[in-house]
Amino acid sequence: MSVPIDAVPPIRSDAKARSRPAPSCYHCGLPIPARVDLSVAIEGVPRPMCCAGCQAVAQAIVDNRLTEYYRHRDALPESPREAMPEALRDLGLFDHPDFQKSFVKPVGEYEREATLILEGITCSACIWLNEEHVAKQPGVTAVDINYATRRARVRWDERRIKLSAILAAVSAIGYRAYPYDAGRSEQLAQQERRAALRRLFVAGFGMMQVMMYAVPAYIADAGTMTADIESLLRWASLLLTLPVVGYSAAPFFRNAWRDVRLRRVGMDVPVALGVGSAFAASVWATLTASGEVYFDSVAMFVFFLLGGRFLEMVARQKAVRGVEALARALPAFAERMGHYPSRETERVAVSSLARGDVVLVKAGEIFPADGIVVEGRTSADEAMLTGESKPVEKMHGADVIGGSVNRTSPVVVRVTQVGNGSRISAILHLMERAQSEKPRVVELADRVATYFVAVLLVLAITTAAVWSVLDHSRALWVFVSVLVVSCPCALSLATPAALTAATGAMSGHGLLATRGHAIETLARATHFVFDKTGTLTYGRMHVTQTICLGPCEAEAALRTAAALEQYSEHAIGAGLCEAAGDAMADLPDVSAVRTFVGRGIEGTIGGIRYRVGRIEFVKEIAGSQRPLSAEGTDDEGQSPVALGSDLGWVALFKLHDQVRREAKALIDTLLREGRKVSILSGDAPGAVAAVAQILGVADARAGLSPEEKHAYLLNLQRQGAVVAMIGDGVNDAPVLAQAQVSVAMGGGTDLARTQGDFVLLSGNLSDLGRGVDLSRRAASIIRQNLVWAFAYNIVAIPAAMAGWITPWMAGIGMSASSLIVVLNALRLQRRNSPSLSGLRDNHWDAV
Amino acid sequence: MDILFLLIPLSLLLVLVIGVVFFWSVRSGQFDDLEGPGYRVLMDDDLPPDNDVSIGGK
Repeated sequence: MSVPIDAVPPIRSDAKARSRPAPSCYHCGLPIPARVDLSVAIEGVPRPMCCAGCQAVAQAIVDNRLTEYYRHRDALPESPREAMPEALRDLGLFDHPDFQKSFVKPVGEYEREATLILEGITCSACIWLNEEHVAKQPGVTAVDINYATRRARVRWDERRIKLSAILAAVSAIGYRAYPYDAGRSEQLAQQERRAALRRLFVAGFGMMQVMMYAVPAYIADAGTMTADIESLLRWASLLLTLPVVGYSAAPFFRNAWRDVRLRRVGMDVPVALGVGSAFAASVWATLTASGEVYFDSVAMFVFFLLGGRFLEMVARQKAVRGVEALARALPAFAERMGHYPSRETERVAVSSLARGDVVLVKAGEIFPADGIVVEGRTSADEAMLTGESKPVEKMHGADVIGGSVNRTSPVVVRVTQVGNGSRISAILHLMERAQSEKPRVVELADRVATYFVAVLLVLAITTAAVWSVLDHSRALWVFVSVLVVSCPCALSLATPAALTAATGAMSGHGLLATRGHAIETLARATHFVFDKTGTLTYGRMHVTQTICLGPCEAEAALRTAAALEQYSEHAIGAGLCEAAGDAMADLPDVSAVRTFVGRGIEGTIGGIRYRVGRIEFVKEIAGSQRPLSAEGTDDEGQSPVALGSDLGWVALFKLHDQVRREAKALIDTLLREGRKVSILSGDAPGAVAAVAQILGVADARAGLSPEEKHAYLLNLQRQGAVVAMIGDGVNDAPVLAQAQVSVAMGGGTDLARTQGDFVLLSGNLSDLGRGVDLSRRAASIIRQNLVWAFAYNIVAIPAAMAGWITPWMAGIGMSASSLIVVLNALRLQRRNSPSLSGLRDNHWDAV
Repeated sequence: MDILFLLIPLSLLLVLVIGVVFFWSVRSGQFDDLEGPGYRVLMDDDLPPDNDVSIGGK
């Protein structure tokens, strides 16, 4: 199978910027920072490690004698450095019986079973590693990981091991496991798949066997086969075709009947008519021992048709699984304020929240349950739940819906409704939306197919009438041939098959389509508009310089800024908090916190009103006595952030952010394809210009407020552009909504996730490049499919009407044309490596 | 050719048996994961258990 990876993992792309290749970590492949000297002896050879996290994981793998993993892996794992979200640090929560109720199933007296989602799996060796490692834990009785779904089913003896210990074992080797409540949709998908498999098998097996019985009749010379042998073969064929028609083809009959009752014509109507009349005529011929039988054609026809649908179903289910994974990536924990009004918060599982609990919900987070705002004011985005696209103002006492998104400011909420109701309904809404929205092209194809079927039925009946005059004995077969040969299926499948395959392929690359129209629109997009922070850059701001503007110390200024920014989800906030370092544990109390989207944060500390954010924003309260020219502060491509209070300016921080290494290749590709690229940023001109220069983007606008970005997009659209907006964070939500198609970075806030038509789960821009490429190929495959479906029908229908085509030929022709359409669409799922694949970046930063 | 009157019904019976076996195998989940078993064979743990190694090292 895979080529064993030796000393230096080859997957890392060599950054040209580095003059000499830095040694990379043997475990995760990241470059090893200077001054780090860690190593682990793997199979007797000391291997360098980049961090204590990798060292611990590699050591755990060695100690458990699982080093085979390193020989067999064909992709590098995520770096464990930060792979463990804060949420999982309290693994003990998972042992709570209340929490376990929803997903742990008792098997025996002490034996328990649970399904876990595994994250961080990059190749099949990872699955082996997890399986081996978990199975070795004392008390684990069975473990079984599904390669396709990445779900693990674990059984353990409750007396000997706790669930949290199993989860801890998984995180010890650098992966993450979440308990997972195997939902209804999953069960339905499994049932659907199994039923389809059974139907396909019955049809396929029946087809082969019936063909065996039919061959003698085809090859025997006239008169060599006795009448009773022929009758025997016919009866055997009849018996075998019966389950094919009665069981395998049952869905076609059911759908056709439903269509007829609703007085419309779907594509199952001609199929059911064709299968039904051919079968009935063959049965009649068998009973009366006269005429011809076409059992083999009927069985083959049903088999090919089901084969096409089965492939389509597999592709669709694969795509749906991606959506589900996203839905479950939403937080499962809440910040409970156990002793409200004291400010202390503790992280608890959402399912353990009770009515009357008080929780803190930060800006950009999702409300964990239905509740009432008891402190603070904000606006909530309920579009996902209610369809209301405008944000709803939430004042003191207002109701908030669990699953809606807190947009602007942190609020304290008293829980009024618990249970998984709210969250699950939100998840279902998102999933249903993606599935239920029919893209315009699909709708169009469906409408055309409906007319097509109606015309076809008329044609078939007319043909039958004409033939009954010309040659009565052939009328029925010509009728069946016309019905069967024409292929509205190909027409109806042409578009959805390609879109489904593209959706599946994209989600395999970490780009998830969440809206029906997304792929179609992305293929048409003429303008690509990027946000800068967190989109073209890693969104990891580092404070490079602190300039005191008043009588203060750098340390103290950082602490004040961090105290305010802890309420922000913006990358700058994270950068300032990181710079504050140890001081984060001991921040001054802040009250009256308000977030001004795209500008900054205001809060009161020790009775003084402070603001941190853009220079103009701080100027409003700090006054302009201190001349701060923007030109003078950002010429080195750095972003300035100011801190000021009612009393005056306090400090100026300069933050620096790195451009994503795959961004240049993406933008080059887009420009080469003749698409226009712009950068819209709220950041300072210097920083934006620096990024634009690196990436070769001519049109870069800096210092824009969300409203200005929105207006800019509107202006582009007035000029006829189809705009694709790629953004991240709270700042971009309205802009994302305005663009015809939007891509939200998966690493962004929860809000951005629900706004994007696409979510870039991998956070890797080269995946977006592949997605754009895929969407274009999907569009061209749709065109090919439609052309093929029309061309085929234009040739085949007149031929069948002329009586040149027998039903079995018609069966092959129709199934083949459907299959060609589906297989053509499935070409999209092949993992080929377009120009950007060499830049695949497994850096955890990007995830 | 009279033997056909026995063989063809027999083939029908065989088809029925195979069908039943297949339905059972779908039911027991053998077709739920078509990729995994292939890898699992390749990745089998060939190393002897811990204590054996220490003996072998002498």
